[in-house]
Amino acid sequence: MTRVVLGTLVALSLAWTTPSARAQVRTDTTPRTTGDSALEARTSAVAAQLRCPVCQGLSIQDSPSELAQSMRSLVRDQLAQGKTPEQVKAYFVSKYGEWILLTPAPHGFNLLAYAIPVLIVLGGGFFILLAVRRWTTPASESPSA
Amino acid sequence: MNWRRAGIAAVFVIPVVFVFSRGMKTDPREIPSPLPGNPAPSFALAVFAPGQPPLERPIGDTVRLADLKGRVVVLNFWASWCLACRDEHAGLSEVARGYVGKPVQFVGSLYQDTPSNGTQWIAEMGGQSYPSVNDPKALTAIDYGLYGVPETFFIAADGKIARKITGPAPPQVVRHILDSLIATTGSP
Repeated sequence: MTRVVLGTLVALSLAWTTPSARAQVRTDTTPRTTGDSALEARTSAVAAQLRCPVCQGLSIQDSPSELAQSMRSLVRDQLAQGKTPEQVKAYFVSKYGEWILLTPAPHGFNLLAYAIPVLIVLGGGFFILLAVRRWTTPASESPSA
Repeated sequence: MNWRRAGIAAVFVIPVVFVFSRGMKTDPREIPSPLPGNPAPSFALAVFAPGQPPLERPIGDTVRLADLKGRVVVLNFWASWCLACRDEHAGLSEVARGYVGKPVQFVGSLYQDTPSNGTQWIAEMGGQSYPSVNDPKALTAIDYGLYGVPETFFIAADGKIARKITGPAPPQVVRHILDSLIATTGSP
């Protein structure tokens, strides 16, 4: 039983790998910011929710790659033009699909991402409950195998 | 057989098998593009590498997708720092020469690179039959959902993205796609 639970956890952690880029990743550490701190804060908030396409699990806010920097500049430009954060995210989803969102929208197959942690916690609780009952049950009351 | 234990094990194992069965069918490095079937994002980019006669365009000339309606457009994103681009370069250049006189336009788009590097690279590679344009802020690349180079988009005569090839484009595949798109263009 314990092996089954551990095996499941290991398998799930392996399944949760992120795509990597097939080509070389170019990085650019040049800061590209404006003097508008409010715009920068909004840009950072949106950029933190968008996945860098050439990185392993990084947002475009955190990635130093050139593509991420270009995307971040585009986020800033679109916000400066008056688009809402939702509209900016919708633009990137229209180009890269929902993959671009670090937090997947809760529908369809994505629901697994929300359901599995809950199931694991419930399964773990159930397992602990069974184990505790077994440990606390007097030997004379335990069913003979 | 302990059916209770088997049932509990199945509860844990079946979801894992389900997740893996989905994952094994797909390339984990490929980002599925939502673009094929949708109108191609417009672009207007300046030529930095003219190509060769009869496909050449003057340096500085603006290539606009809107001007290419009615033709099948092959938009190839590349960079001089991209090793995989070397693998497809000669083949693509040759295929483009083979479609001279047909309603096909090949356009190379430089990705996160400088025109001087691009020009030097083309010279080192023995030339490029079709023109290449510069995409300075990668805005067109992002508009096409690019996540690496090379990537090649096939835009049908109606302006919609018909196909996308991620990675080096094999010449025979390019010819096959072009022939089918040209046939569709010619049909009423």
